[in-house]
Amino acid sequence: MISIFQNYGGELLYGLGQTLLCSIIALFFALIIGSGFAILEVVPNKFFRIIARIYIEVFRNIPLLVITMFFYVVIPMYIVEISGFVSGTIGLTLYSSAFIAETVRSGIQSVDPGQMEGARSTGLSFWQSMRYIVLPQAFRYVIPPLGNQFINLVKNSSVLAFVAGFDLMYQGNVIASDSLQSMSTYLCVGVLYLILTLPLSYYMRYLEKRLA
Amino acid sequence: MAMIEFQDVQKYYGDFHALKDINLKIEAGETVVLIGPSGSGKSTLIRTVNGLETIQEGKLIVNGQDLADRKTDINRIRKNVGMVFQHFNLYANKTVLENIMLAPRIVLHRPEDENKQVAMQLLDQVGLQSQANKLPAQLSGGQQQRIAIARSLAMKPKCLLFDEPTSALDPEMIDDVLNVMKEIATDSDMTMLVVTHEMGFAREVANRVVFMDDGRILEDDTSEKFFDGEPTNERARQFLGKIITH
Ligand SMILES: Nc1ncnc2c1ncn2[C@@H]1O[C@H](COP(=O)(O)OP(=O)(O)O)[C@@H](O)[C@H]1O
Ligand SMILES: [Mg+2]
Repeated sequence: MISIFQNYGGELLYGLGQTLLCSIIALFFALIIGSGFAILEVVPNKFFRIIARIYIEVFRNIPLLVITMFFYVVIPMYIVEISGFVSGTIGLTLYSSAFIAETVRSGIQSVDPGQMEGARSTGLSFWQSMRYIVLPQAFRYVIPPLGNQFINLVKNSSVLAFVAGFDLMYQGNVIASDSLQSMSTYLCVGVLYLILTLPLSYYMRYLEKRLA
Repeated sequence: MAMIEFQDVQKYYGDFHALKDINLKIEAGETVVLIGPSGSGKSTLIRTVNGLETIQEGKLIVNGQDLADRKTDINRIRKNVGMVFQHFNLYANKTVLENIMLAPRIVLHRPEDENKQVAMQLLDQVGLQSQANKLPAQLSGGQQQRIAIARSLAMKPKCLLFDEPTSALDPEMIDDVLNVMKEIATDSDMTMLVVTHEMGFAREVANRVVFMDDGRILEDDTSEKFFDGEPTNERARQFLGKIITH
């Protein structure tokens, strides 16, 4: 293992950086898109609810790899040239946003409906009630499961390896075949993933305790 | 002009006919008590008045606007029609003071210092000034309900709806809440529609008593007639007999 780090340290670090970059971008957008669809799922307007339902079911029930391949192969063929990194990040964003939407929706729905009625009955609009009363309470319920989604997202970013995204997993594959030391290589890769996910895991636990 | 007027109102939950041929007129300043067995449609009726439930047929005119008309801005009606719930529905994430100040700030844009002054005065009125900075969960049910009443009053509504405001409370707290309600009924020109089985309250402050069963209004009397004469309707008589002996 040590020798792998010594000989391929640069490649591994680059992969780690790409994985981190992809995860941060995907996390940011998945959180925004996911929360948006979660709210659309609970608005009074049925049309918006159906749209949200369709989006979520589609991206939640297609394998991440298939979504990513779609962007990697189909988009460049008809629309615009995009790199493996970009298509992987888009795929990961859409896929994760569907799970985040489900998580946030269930958080919103675990807030007592009386809270919304109380707010509406004083003259607040649906959106005002959401913003000041329901969402802040939903946020607390959502922290633990959202933490899981974030960790899944980091791990799922390994999909980049299939589309030449130069992430940690991709570099691992390259190094393994170059060095002929598969076991040590993948051990190194595993340790580097842990370096990304463990702090996240502990931070979520800390937040959970502080908000409880 | 009547504050609330139901004209041949029908309400359905899916196929279930929850309100049948409702005709009811409540004048500004009146206090009306609505009674009836569980499941008879009292909550449904009172919730239609501020649009928490929609009606399918008929007209429902509140403060001069028809709720069945899609052009009616429901938030504008709610500014003038407050509601007090059985389970209080205070905002769990806000302090007592914030519970009272939120809607006047956002909906009425009341200046902050005036808003606070009004809120503290209302807290004084319901006897809870010392609890201003607590969270709802730190208060007893009776205290929470009085806060909920203060929250409604902060909007300076013309009309207040109460849906069984004391039925989730321990017996020793009921009077504190009823006293606040009696004060509002006698000292202001508030229109009040109250679902309650507190017959002492009804007898003391209600102008009228309305009895519902199975989605229909079966009796609508002045409270003198209801309590001292006898309700004409057989079921209303039986029901009254039952709740008064309890
Ligand atoms: N959201 C709802 N969906 C379907 N049925 C409902 C709903 N709310 C109330 N009902 C039904 O309407 C009837 C009247 O209910 P409600 O107005 O709560 O009665 P009450 O307040 O007099 O006990 C009951 O049979 C109840 O089951
Ligand atoms: Mg009820």
